[in-house]
Amino acid sequence: MIKNVLWLLMFACSIPIFGQDYFPNNSGVATKNSNYTLFTNATIYASPDKVIKNGSLLIKEGKVVSVGKNIKAPKNATIVDLSGKFIYPSFIDIYTAFGVKKPERVRGSGPQYDAGRSGFYWNDHIRPEQEAMYLFKYDSKAASSMQKLGFGTVNTSIQDGIVRGTGALIALNDEGDNSVRVLDPASAQFLSFSKSVQSRQSYPTSLMGSMALLRQMYNDANWYAGGNSETTDLALEALNRNKALPQIFEAGSRSNLMRADKVGDQFGIQYIIVGGGDEYERITDVKNTNAAVILPLDFQKAFDVEDPFLASTLSVSDMRAWNQGPYNPAILEKNDITFALTTHGLKSVKDFKSNLMTAVSKGLSKETALKALTTVPAQLLGKSDVLGTLKAGAFANFLISSGDIFDKETTLYENWVQGEAHIINTMNAHDIRGDYSFSINGKQIEMSLNGTIEKPKATLKSGGQKLGSKMSYNDDWMTLTYTESTDSPKAFTRISAKTSDGKTLNGKATLPNGDVVAFSATKAEGKSDEKKKGGQKDSESSNMFAVTYPNVGFGFKDQPKSETILFKNATVWTNEADGVLENTDVLIKGGKIAQIGKDLKAGGARVIDATGKHITAGIIDEHSHIAATSINEAGHNSSAEVTIEDVIDDEDIDIYRNLAGGVTSIQILHGSANPIGGRSAIIKLKWGASADNLVYDESPKFIKFALGENVKQSRSQNGIRFPQSRMGVEQVYVDYFSRAKEYDDKKKSGQAYRMDTEMEVLAEILNGERFISCHSYVQSEINMLMKVAEQFNFRINTFTHILEGYKVADKMKEHGVGGSTFSDWWAYKYEVNDAIPYNAAIMHNVGVTVAVNSDDAEMSRRLNQEAAKSVKYGGVSEEDALKFVTLNPAKLLHIDDRVGSLKVGKDADVVLWSDHPLSIYAKAEKTIIEGVTYFDIEKDRELRAALQKEKSELINLMLEDKNKGLKTQPIQKKEKELMHCDSLD
Amino acid sequence: MKSLKFLYILVICCVSGLAAQQTPASEQSKDFAVIGATAHIGNGEVIENSIIVVRSGRIETIGKADEIVIAMGNIDVINAEGKHIYPGIIVSNSTLGLVEVDAVKASSDQAEIGTYNSHIRSLIAYNAESKVVESMRPNGVLLGQVVPRGGRVSGTSSVVQFDAWNWEDAAVKVDEGLHINWPNTFTRGRWWLGEDPGLKPNKNYSKQIQELSNYLSESKTYNSGDKSVTNLPYAAMAGLFDGSKRLYVHANDEKSITDVVTFAKANGIDKLTIVGGYEAHKVAELLESNNVSVMLRRVHTRPNSQDDDYDQPFKLAKALVDAGVLVSLETSGQMERMNSRNLPFYAGTTVAYGLSKEQALELITLNPAKILGIDKDYGSLESGKSGTFFISEGDALDMRTNILTHAFIDGRAISLESHQTKLWKRYAEKYNDGK
Repeated sequence: MIKNVLWLLMFACSIPIFGQDYFPNNSGVATKNSNYTLFTNATIYASPDKVIKNGSLLIKEGKVVSVGKNIKAPKNATIVDLSGKFIYPSFIDIYTAFGVKKPERVRGSGPQYDAGRSGFYWNDHIRPEQEAMYLFKYDSKAASSMQKLGFGTVNTSIQDGIVRGTGALIALNDEGDNSVRVLDPASAQFLSFSKSVQSRQSYPTSLMGSMALLRQMYNDANWYAGGNSETTDLALEALNRNKALPQIFEAGSRSNLMRADKVGDQFGIQYIIVGGGDEYERITDVKNTNAAVILPLDFQKAFDVEDPFLASTLSVSDMRAWNQGPYNPAILEKNDITFALTTHGLKSVKDFKSNLMTAVSKGLSKETALKALTTVPAQLLGKSDVLGTLKAGAFANFLISSGDIFDKETTLYENWVQGEAHIINTMNAHDIRGDYSFSINGKQIEMSLNGTIEKPKATLKSGGQKLGSKMSYNDDWMTLTYTESTDSPKAFTRISAKTSDGKTLNGKATLPNGDVVAFSATKAEGKSDEKKKGGQKDSESSNMFAVTYPNVGFGFKDQPKSETILFKNATVWTNEADGVLENTDVLIKGGKIAQIGKDLKAGGARVIDATGKHITAGIIDEHSHIAATSINEAGHNSSAEVTIEDVIDDEDIDIYRNLAGGVTSIQILHGSANPIGGRSAIIKLKWGASADNLVYDESPKFIKFALGENVKQSRSQNGIRFPQSRMGVEQVYVDYFSRAKEYDDKKKSGQAYRMDTEMEVLAEILNGERFISCHSYVQSEINMLMKVAEQFNFRINTFTHILEGYKVADKMKEHGVGGSTFSDWWAYKYEVNDAIPYNAAIMHNVGVTVAVNSDDAEMSRRLNQEAAKSVKYGGVSEEDALKFVTLNPAKLLHIDDRVGSLKVGKDADVVLWSDHPLSIYAKAEKTIIEGVTYFDIEKDRELRAALQKEKSELINLMLEDKNKGLKTQPIQKKEKELMHCDSLD
Repeated sequence: MKSLKFLYILVICCVSGLAAQQTPASEQSKDFAVIGATAHIGNGEVIENSIIVVRSGRIETIGKADEIVIAMGNIDVINAEGKHIYPGIIVSNSTLGLVEVDAVKASSDQAEIGTYNSHIRSLIAYNAESKVVESMRPNGVLLGQVVPRGGRVSGTSSVVQFDAWNWEDAAVKVDEGLHINWPNTFTRGRWWLGEDPGLKPNKNYSKQIQELSNYLSESKTYNSGDKSVTNLPYAAMAGLFDGSKRLYVHANDEKSITDVVTFAKANGIDKLTIVGGYEAHKVAELLESNNVSVMLRRVHTRPNSQDDDYDQPFKLAKALVDAGVLVSLETSGQMERMNSRNLPFYAGTTVAYGLSKEQALELITLNPAKILGIDKDYGSLESGKSGTFFISEGDALDMRTNILTHAFIDGRAISLESHQTKLWKRYAEKYNDGK
């Protein structure tokens, strides 16, 4: 019986203010509260740019009725005087998983290639049909921590999968129920590049696979929308339904932000993108996406650099992130990028406030901060009419604070959501902070109360000696316990006193002996100086370290420029009919090779004495895997739809190291996980340029194919993916090319067809528009692929690795394919048993265009030496050997009209060597691309010194940061000792 | 007459090259002299226009050709004018002969399960007929230290020469050293378990060192007792305490190396070598003053850290040599076995980054011989030492000119052919015939 009553009571308490009119009522008479509440005399931020001093806010039934000056109170209005206090629209977090449990990871063993669902899209990671609303359960604990930060509304979502379905907009209204709180059950659609944990389907295994999958999905959705499918696909139907919603993409980093935007642009979708906090690294690029950014505030903490061994493992880029990250919001503001702030990414949401204050201290204006928390998210969600500002008709979602909300000392009193007050700190608390002096038991005691209004902290002194103390302050009652000194064993005096005006404290004191005496203390006139706590000033005093391009060690502070340079008196390896020219000058101008000859006139050129030195064309690596964040898409046996151009990593230090080895151009190839791999990126190593600017203009189109042990998963214990033998590999090709041909025929005939990127790419091969570079080892498979190509009337462009090329060199020559091989690698797997270092020489002698490649970030920086091995193994001439790593790979990549030799008019991609370029003793002294010196051995020394200096400075700042903490730490410890607080805490 | 003999030797080489498996050369039956070459002694010295006389497998005489008179009676003469002679190159810390094909597990015998494997001996698994080993010789790499991998204590290494019928035949120095993999000072979180992948101090570091210490003291105690109950791992440690075995500790970072030196001292071990030593230059003085040598990790590798100088691995040797540390070059790492034939070029790279050519040569000849304790017989071209050397058309540290005409191990004229040269000739001929 009692239980029932309690239950009823609880129910009564939770009756929402907006009754659901059409619901039957069994709990009493129908009630409706239509009273007004009027808040007066407050400083009201009706919106970030509209401040009303001495303003009033009138609300009723959870909505704002009016806001302004001198609002007349209706008769049935409760009036709340907020003199000296501030009102703000409450905050909105546009990106959370509030109340939505993260789906659990499915378990299992062995790869799964096919979808686990039927009636949905072929890929399980595309889940637009998911609706966060149906997983949502109001979490009052999480709500409370958000309310304390000032949030009144959150946008929640299922943070799992590539397409994640719809999220819901929730008011953090503890009193209401979901019928009231849910402001929009389908507020936005969410996406990411990360796979769902709810399926083990392999595809996509890579970032570029995720990108390709999204593109194909959009194509398929359009096709489906056109009524072309004969089968039902609930995922595509949902995707098409969700099309009109805001599309929120969790990128998580600046580089992925760029990638997401690129995908969106192709389909006319402007994603709202959750960034990574590193947008400042290439802010102009971010700005140019036109994307609104959702910005996490998870600033890095200072590293523990006290252990020099551990500190030495830190890279300058990690350390800079600590220094630079907090400036990110200010930099976005400065660049007029629209952004909202989110608690997403914080280990503890409690850190949000201090990080926000840090961002403000680093230059983020308060107005923009407020916008990023109110009007921007409201507008991004299309809810500006009801959220983000205080105006008639909007939800009565607002904050009452003691002052400027972005001030550290400000107390947040109340967080009103839909007209319901959530008390964070009592508004009526008197400010008792100040200095007091009182006498107890004949002892004069000085008491100073500091800290915040709601939680002041006491410092007690007697006769210059500090006393151990502990206090609390609640509902105008102060409770204080102190002990006089350590030598009198545990003698505690307890005071409990009340204030009615914040100036005097009256009550009683219980002495150690149990006697009770009266207590009274009055605040001294003139407020005590607020002692600033440590750790507040540091952030403002230290400056932002310069961002370099790229923002890692050895990056450039200023992008180097193209110069006019005259090299005097060098040995010039032209790779042309002229051969090797002694005592010759080379002039580069306008990014091109302008002149080669004797005694050239300098004009305005920078003159470099190259006496005793050698100049060659820049080295070109036909087979590289540096500068990419993913290499293999192994989820299918064909992945023609992926492209390395999507995943170029412009910050890879191996770019710089390769430059130091004289490399200027590389082909970043897809890996060899599948017979039909992905498309290549052919790039110049323009260290400092952004990913897209590394790629060749009008780049020739290439794709990686692979044969042999890797594609048949020879080293996998549980290979279940077709093919598992070389016999199957052939059939993969025949199958795909047959289908591509049928696809292309249909397309060319003008019939309607389903746009299929994979087929498009393969059709390009059939049409001679795209070239194959095929990873290959043994002669049988090499021969096979040439025959397959001939069957489909095209030619393989390059066999890469091609270690048994020497066995079929005559057939290769006849087919017209080039060979890009290792100089001397072998014995690392069964299929390279017959690999010989004479391979390059034999193929070359037969007339095949031969290149020597690296496939290795270390070897690539010594490719000149690898070429030199052909002199040793097989007696290739030095000039021809050098061509193996310059002109020949340029030919194989179809860029020999631009690079690969020193010829007037070609790109000024040149290397100045200290010695004969094939000598083990030669060092690249300058590596120049299009007239820009990207590597200079002298400049490198400067960069080393600068790097060391910068790291030392950062380490000192981190130590300082930590020691500031230490300064306050010992004091706390000391207090504890005095207090013997084990008994009190 | 001189030149006729020269031709004769060449013919022998070519003929033996046609055999299916390269047959180990038979013992030196006749004295021979190499005349006119630039001899790179291996100890830093060079003799232009040299003469080397080899008798019964040993160098009888070495000097300037115009200063030494020899009886030309019953002796073969190799005219090596314009050519260069080098001591046989020695690979430190190698697994040659223990694995044939990296990816084929069945061909791998380089590591045993277990943590304290002091009783494990690499020599008996050494495949003297390995095609990979065979491919070392044409580049002048003629000897190697064969080292087991894995475990905290990996086992015992031996030194072999690369032209032999079997491992007994190949053995130059048996069970010469014990190998320890030093605990990592830092560990990374297991990201696949959701841990932070960042580098953190290894919490178990001191515990692991303590375990190692205990293992050493327990084995010491065992070996001073009556050994009535056999303990194979402990028994195999004996050589460390009586000074017959060298201790090789595989460690790279500054802290580890410092701890290793302290550890060895505390355990009374004075024959200590650091293998790897990426940060050895930071404690070079400590190493030098404690007589600790370094087998320096592969020169042709990428720097360990993002912010390291791009040429850090290239210039480490110079830093250590300048500090007076005894340094040899090792080759371990990815594809280490087949890559060991590039050892002369690793040395060449150290020249581009500061050392002299003769200093660089020492790193792969006399220095490893000293560390391995075989310098009485190998490592340099000195009278009384083994006739183990090769003749190159040019500078052997540069790939363009490392072209061998002859190689000798203990005075035996060994074959410079291999599985690879055979295939080369076969296919080169195929296309020539077609023309």
